Amino acid sequence: MFDLDAISTCLSTSACVVNQVTSGLIIGMLLFLVASGVTLIFGVLHVINFAHGSFYMLGAYFAYTAYQITGSYFLAAAFGALGAGVAGVLFERLIISRVYGQNVLMQLLVCYAFILITDDLVKVFWGAEYLAMGIPPEFRLPPFRIAGGFVPPFYLFLVAVAVVIGIGSLLLVGRTRFGKIVRAAAINPSMVSALGIRVPVYFALLFGYGCILAGVAGALAAPVRSMTPGMGFGILVESFIVTVIGGMGSITGAFLAAIILGLTRSIGSVGFPLFVDGAMFLIMALVLIFRPTGLLGQGQLR
Amino acid sequence: MNVLLEFRRDFLLAIAGLAVLLLIGLGVDHPWPRDFLTSIFAYGLLAMSLNLLIGFTGLVSFGHAAFFAFGGYTFGLLLQSTGFTGAMGAWSVPVAFVAAAGGTALYALVIGAICVRLSEIYFAFLTLAFQMFLYSLIISWVDVTGGDQGLMGGIPRPEFLGVDLSNPYDRYVTCAIVFVACLMLLRVVTESPFGYTLRMIRDNPTRTAFLGVNVFRVKLISFVVAGAVAGVGGVILALFTSGAYPEWAYWAQSGEAIFMIMLGGLTVFLGPLLGAVLLRILNDVVQSYTTHSEIVIGIVILAVVLGLRRGILDFIRDLWVEREQSSLRRAADDTSRSAGGEAGR
Repeated sequence: MFDLDAISTCLSTSACVVNQVTSGLIIGMLLFLVASGVTLIFGVLHVINFAHGSFYMLGAYFAYTAYQITGSYFLAAAFGALGAGVAGVLFERLIISRVYGQNVLMQLLVCYAFILITDDLVKVFWGAEYLAMGIPPEFRLPPFRIAGGFVPPFYLFLVAVAVVIGIGSLLLVGRTRFGKIVRAAAINPSMVSALGIRVPVYFALLFGYGCILAGVAGALAAPVRSMTPGMGFGILVESFIVTVIGGMGSITGAFLAAIILGLTRSIGSVGFPLFVDGAMFLIMALVLIFRPTGLLGQGQLR
Repeated sequence: MNVLLEFRRDFLLAIAGLAVLLLIGLGVDHPWPRDFLTSIFAYGLLAMSLNLLIGFTGLVSFGHAAFFAFGGYTFGLLLQSTGFTGAMGAWSVPVAFVAAAGGTALYALVIGAICVRLSEIYFAFLTLAFQMFLYSLIISWVDVTGGDQGLMGGIPRPEFLGVDLSNPYDRYVTCAIVFVACLMLLRVVTESPFGYTLRMIRDNPTRTAFLGVNVFRVKLISFVVAGAVAGVGGVILALFTSGAYPEWAYWAQSGEAIFMIMLGGLTVFLGPLLGAVLLRILNDVVQSYTTHSEIVIGIVILAVVLGLRRGILDFIRDLWVEREQSSLRRAADDTSRSAGGEAGR
């Protein structure tokens, strides 16, 4: 089960290192986008969005359909992201806002119901079979050769988009008026609303933004991964591991943890393909034993 | 003394309940009530044991079905191994049963020791993560578990002490006895001083710790008992389906169990069992009308959670308590009014 020789031979050839690191990075970046949405929503609203994976799935399927209609991947990605965001705002207004401050059980259950409904709706509209979008023509270019390894242009695009969005999220929360209001409302919503700010609107917008992040991840994943109803749950569990390792509420922590997990997955698949999931849980258990709040977590959004 | 009297009443009720179950199962000629009730035994134990964590200890576990699957797979794998049945002979079934329950308890001890220290959200996460770990193990370890096909080929059930579990009547009686015995165990645990310590931890862990209770140990014991009972539920389902399937370890199974608790009521002992019955009936009815049953189930969950905001038995109990209180208040008002009237006269 453990082939450590395979890992060491891979690590000693630059081509293999480049290939594994790039595939690790794209896994990590998708995880980061989903996990940063989870962590933002938790940091501000103190709600664990167990349905977050559904917005990733919706992003992918919306992008797929938009791509079929328009033929342009960029339009498709924008449509996937915005569609997931709109769905997120609706979900927050109609359902989640009714369980704010209630126990975790209520939040869990409404999210469970939402997952059941969206998975089944996806089956109604797109069917239960695996769908593949394929690499869009914009990116059907010869791969870059870096140190003997091949790197498809779409991978670079994916990583660049994720990094830009990550920095954008940090700036949005840390530097803008929107971020200041949201952070203040996270600590004392009644005080903020006493200042004449409509807190529910900001909460809904933040929730929608978190869902846009998941939708972007779905739209970016659509060309490189196959789509299936229920695809949201796998990435949800992994993004939870990322948020736990990185520390709830910390975007930088999520970035760090996503890269660690992405590399573990891609390099682990060389040496112990069956135990990659196990290795992720092992890392999580170790982090929780030595740093129960995660690598960069402080229990609050800062 | 009072506690003992209460237990004697519960014990008599359990015997009566068992008698009713046996009457239904053996008296009706059709297999349907037997099959329906056996699946209720399995899922009922899953939901009731999870409620020991959620309703009594305040631990919202989202990975409880892992123990359900663990029990079922351990039982099935042991009986399918020719080495085991060869060594145990006629005692294979009872030994496999004890090994499945004990093995699940051990597994719950390991998982619980890691998870129980964490606060509610981290706890829910981590139990979910461990459950998905078990699920991926079952799916990927095809040589042993049969992967996504499940444990195929049936489970051999050698006769022991004159009990032949391949006979549907013997199987039903055995499952009913095991089920009622597990309910009694859960009842004893929840009504004992230990059970009241659990409620205390649920309501205020800090104060409980100040009273000198080792909160970690008490929570862990509760976690292990709940895990073992869920494992027995898995054994019953493995006996019933003559196999074991990876869906038992899938997250949706845990979600379903939580919904059973929520639907039936989490503050009344038998609430989760009612929830299990209602959900099975709902499932059967919806599936006979549409293939997209998940949409309907999801909408029902939303209606119950957002509309009723508590389980059915919780709702009835609250109504009851309210009526008692208002009649007490009315009685108090009457006496004070008549007392006031006398003073004025």
